[in-house]
Amino acid sequence: MPEKTIKSPLPGTFYRRPSPDAEPFVNEGDRVEPGHVVGLVEIMKSFHEVKSEDSGVLGRFLVDSEDAVEAGQDIAVLGD
Amino acid sequence: MQKVLIANRGEVALRVIRACRELGLDTVAVYSTADETARHVRVADEAVCIGKAPARSSYLNVDAILDAARRTGADAVHPGYGFLAENARFAGACQDAGLTWVGPSPRAIEQMGDKAVARELARAAGVPVVPGTAGAVGLEEALRSAQDVGYPVMVKAAAGGGGRGIRVAHDADELRRCVTAAGREAQAAFGDASLYVEKVIARPRHIEVQVLGDGHGGAVHVYERECSLQRRRQKLLEESPAPNLPPQTREAMATAAARLAAAVDYASAGTVEFIVDDSGAFFFIEMNTRIQVEHPVTEMVTGIDLVKEQLRLAAGAPFDFDQDEVQPRGWAIEFRVNAEDPDADFLPSPGEITAFDLPGGPGVRVDTAAYAGYKVPPFYDSLVAKLIVWGRDRAEAIARGRSALSEFRIEGIRTTVPFHRRILEEPAFTAGEYHTESVAEFALA
Repeated sequence: MPEKTIKSPLPGTFYRRPSPDAEPFVNEGDRVEPGHVVGLVEIMKSFHEVKSEDSGVLGRFLVDSEDAVEAGQDIAVLGD
Repeated sequence: MQKVLIANRGEVALRVIRACRELGLDTVAVYSTADETARHVRVADEAVCIGKAPARSSYLNVDAILDAARRTGADAVHPGYGFLAENARFAGACQDAGLTWVGPSPRAIEQMGDKAVARELARAAGVPVVPGTAGAVGLEEALRSAQDVGYPVMVKAAAGGGGRGIRVAHDADELRRCVTAAGREAQAAFGDASLYVEKVIARPRHIEVQVLGDGHGGAVHVYERECSLQRRRQKLLEESPAPNLPPQTREAMATAAARLAAAVDYASAGTVEFIVDDSGAFFFIEMNTRIQVEHPVTEMVTGIDLVKEQLRLAAGAPFDFDQDEVQPRGWAIEFRVNAEDPDADFLPSPGEITAFDLPGGPGVRVDTAAYAGYKVPPFYDSLVAKLIVWGRDRAEAIARGRSALSEFRIEGIRTTVPFHRRILEEPAFTAGEYHTESVAEFALA
């Protein structure tokens, strides 16, 4: 069975924290529910939330903070 | 000055390259890995990759830009607008590296970057400012000042500007909460918690004056631009002259702006921003220490090439015109064509442009770095083109605007072209009776 993933809704720059000094939205190993914000994507100077569509345990991030991401790109792996 | 590095991208990088070329200056483009196929890279004499796509790694990367200048032997830097254009440390670092900085002094950038300091400089130069506090203040003085000028008041971050870091308070309780929250926000966003208080001017017009300074107390103005057509404090359309502005108000604003530029020994191009209330009284709000996106409307009505003037002044040349030679002629309107969907709350719309047919004909100018097949990257500003039209009078400019917008075909991405077509049919717009709240009231956006 394929792994469940959280995808970026838009292309842009990915961030794991709401601001440089803040705590990350989630850490690897945290439990997330549908609608849980796991990061931000900056697109053309505006910020959009990346949300989990499923519930599960966030296994690991597939991109680092400040990496460029494409629309639909996998951001993190979601385990049971 | 022989070789200019342009520390920017997109249409403004092309704009600067063109001005350099006319003056016989060599050009160096810099670019990120996302901009390998960008037009500024192809058009410049040389081009240097300065880092990865996110601006922080490339167009905001001071060390990489200075290194590109050193490697190519550039002896001057033009910052364009945005990115590092109003960064005093970058301006200083360029000068320390022996490069000519095409812009105002680091000191002027810093002074005007602190909006509370700028207010005091304007007041000292005899330029009216919005009633409010003298400089940055704490809570007690904010409350006292609000009592004096009357609620509602705006709490603004001294390090903010361009509409960022602003809160409105309608009474003392709300002001207390605003000061706490705004201070915290300003600290996080700008690293500076300083705040000041201004009276709210209801439904104001936003009119700015273009100035040029020689850095030695000489300054001229090049008249005004009407910039009230904004959405969430972002300008969408600008025109010059400002419609229905009494001639004596216009002259008073323009000379006040030039007086402020002269008082601070301003060098290069700058813009003094005012708000105008419904009685026609005008008040200084801030000065932008860069060439602005909307500079072409001024070029169209005055015939003065502002970017070329910046380069000439940076090279130490005197003004090549006197104040009384600045005689605006006709009317110009600029439409900002952004990669945004006006029917979906202006959601950014990057991606590949599949068709790109430009309008043309008399009085039509398009400043763009886009082309058919170009992929608008998601990392930077959404501006893809500026359409500027000129006519002998406002009616002719509007007619040319309608014609040009109907001809402008951009496919593959959503743009603000349909929004502009609708604006030109708004009776309040065609009557020239609009203010900074009008776009929301038109219910187009």
